[in-house]
Amino acid sequence: MTSIRLSRDVLLTLALIALVFLVYLRFPDFAAPQSLLDVFNDTSILIILALGQMAVVLTRCIDLSMASNLALVGMCTAMLNSAVPSIPIPLLVLLAILLGALLGSINGLLVWKLDIPPIVVTLGTLTIFRGLIFLLSDGQWVNAHEMSPAFKALPRYSLLGVAVLSWAALLCVVCMYILLTRTPAGRAFYAVGGNPDAAVYTGINVGRTRFNAFVLSGALSGIAGYFWVSRYAVAYVDIAAGFELDVVAACVIGGISIAGGIGSVAGAVLGALFLGVIKNALPVINISPFWQQAISGSAIIVAVIFNARSERRAGRIILKQAEKH
Amino acid sequence: MNSDNTTQSNVIPDRLRSRFVRLIGSWEFLLLGVGILIFIFNTQASPYFLDPWNLSDATFNFTEKAMIAFAMALVIISGEIDLSVASIIALVSTCMGFAVQLGVDTPGLLFIALIVGVACGAFNGFLVAILGLPSIVVTIGTLSLFRGIAYIVLGDKAYSGYPESFAFFGQGYVWWVITFEIVLFIVFAALFYVLLHRTSFGRSTVAIGNNPTAALFSGIRVARVKFILFVLTGVMSAVAAVCLTSRLGSTRPSIAVGWELEIVTMVVLGGVNILGGSGTIPGVVIAAVVMGMVTFGLGLLNVPGIVMSIFIGLLLIGVIALPIIIQRARSRVNA
Repeated sequence: MTSIRLSRDVLLTLALIALVFLVYLRFPDFAAPQSLLDVFNDTSILIILALGQMAVVLTRCIDLSMASNLALVGMCTAMLNSAVPSIPIPLLVLLAILLGALLGSINGLLVWKLDIPPIVVTLGTLTIFRGLIFLLSDGQWVNAHEMSPAFKALPRYSLLGVAVLSWAALLCVVCMYILLTRTPAGRAFYAVGGNPDAAVYTGINVGRTRFNAFVLSGALSGIAGYFWVSRYAVAYVDIAAGFELDVVAACVIGGISIAGGIGSVAGAVLGALFLGVIKNALPVINISPFWQQAISGSAIIVAVIFNARSERRAGRIILKQAEKH
Repeated sequence: MNSDNTTQSNVIPDRLRSRFVRLIGSWEFLLLGVGILIFIFNTQASPYFLDPWNLSDATFNFTEKAMIAFAMALVIISGEIDLSVASIIALVSTCMGFAVQLGVDTPGLLFIALIVGVACGAFNGFLVAILGLPSIVVTIGTLSLFRGIAYIVLGDKAYSGYPESFAFFGQGYVWWVITFEIVLFIVFAALFYVLLHRTSFGRSTVAIGNNPTAALFSGIRVARVKFILFVLTGVMSAVAAVCLTSRLGSTRPSIAVGWELEIVTMVVLGGVNILGGSGTIPGVVIAAVVMGMVTFGLGLLNVPGIVMSIFIGLLLIGVIALPIIIQRARSRVNA
């Protein structure tokens, strides 16, 4: 099992390098260290979200409300900042995380306590959160001049030549890696997704684990919400609309099985980077950005065909059939 | 998508309740009650609601979406989902727009719409039914792909200049205030009712949704049924694309964006089990009308569209949560 996963991540890394190399042939400056750092920075928010989505998908659920959660938290932090500029930014980031986690816990509670299918719950909260932004902001924008300089500066602030936003993504990656591979809570995500019935018998509370996953994805959406708004220096109702599908796409390309129980942090990061490189490379090699959507769509389809093949090789399908009874 | 029934206990009662009691307690009846309440509320809220022409206009809020929702209901009942429907609309509309620029007239446009719809549906069907891939991921992929192609072709431009005769599908009236679209809606509702509730194909669909393995062993060609359902969804998306394009009179790549979620909401609101295995067409019809009336009524009250979406979201979660809460409370009382 481990060797298959490992080889998959290696393959994806090779594909990513090949992609960068192809762009390099047309436009050598793209592969310069600073340029690659910029691509990573530009993909940081997607990476953070993909990590949260992965936790949820591992437990056989799906969180379609992430982008709306991001937008709602982003709007709240922006409005709070413009109303009370004296609130220190670290406190604001903490509030963003808490608010995101709170919104995520709504999803989690509905899934845990009422057994409503996650896709229905998050489809509902997707529209509700988005609508709440309108009620909150009355359709108004929070523009750059209404935000305090410190609010806008944080994601750009450079530490050792790397922007804080990138550091935040790296920190999330490390924490997530430790959580999933070194703690019982992380193992529970895999156990619940791999076989919920067996997980019950090993003493894992399936509903509670799913709740945890939703809170985690909510908290990560919250961080992403602050960074999105501060990075682009604008907040309005439609920010990140439709981004939830990009997040799912990153996970699928990263080899995280939508059927739960399979996936790695490396996969989620690589999947996000794959989309990020495509997005940043297209304008560089003079292809209209309108191609992006079709390319990422094709990437999803190719990835899911590939995922199914590697999962089948691991003999999972037989188990799947037995589980359905 | 997947869920497990570890906590559910199925107790078989000694005898079934009478037909009448079952009807009163049914999902469709509950939904109809909600619909009537909203209707009464609307008439009180705005004096313009009961105007026949206004009501006729209101039907556009749901007819196109509902036509896709019928096919989507069958797909969901079979245990799959198709999130690419709105993107199929975009691709079909773009292809028709492209053909208009080449001078193709109305019958040709309809033919192109049908071909593209079938092709898109068959592509989904091939990946899901033949290759056995998870439909939620596949159709998120084709959602991006189909609309992506529309964006490649159109970019930030738009197609217009549809022939005069093409306008009938989205703007025409059959008689007085009865639009062509509402007639189409009723016809398709009847056809899908027969298909799901009165044919062996419909029974196969329900059987597959309940237990695909058992369905396979009882001689149902699971892959073929699923493939046909995806093609059917493609065709219905094409029909909706013709109506919508005709009504708008132009094509942009962002046409019908986000409809897939509204259509799934409509289907689930109609009492179709998102996990597959049960659901009825009358339920979907009532849900479509209820959603259309909510949107229209709130519109008359000058409530912005985005706030209506809060209402739809709450409705979706509420109607599913409520029976569960009631059932829990009831079993607690009994215990």
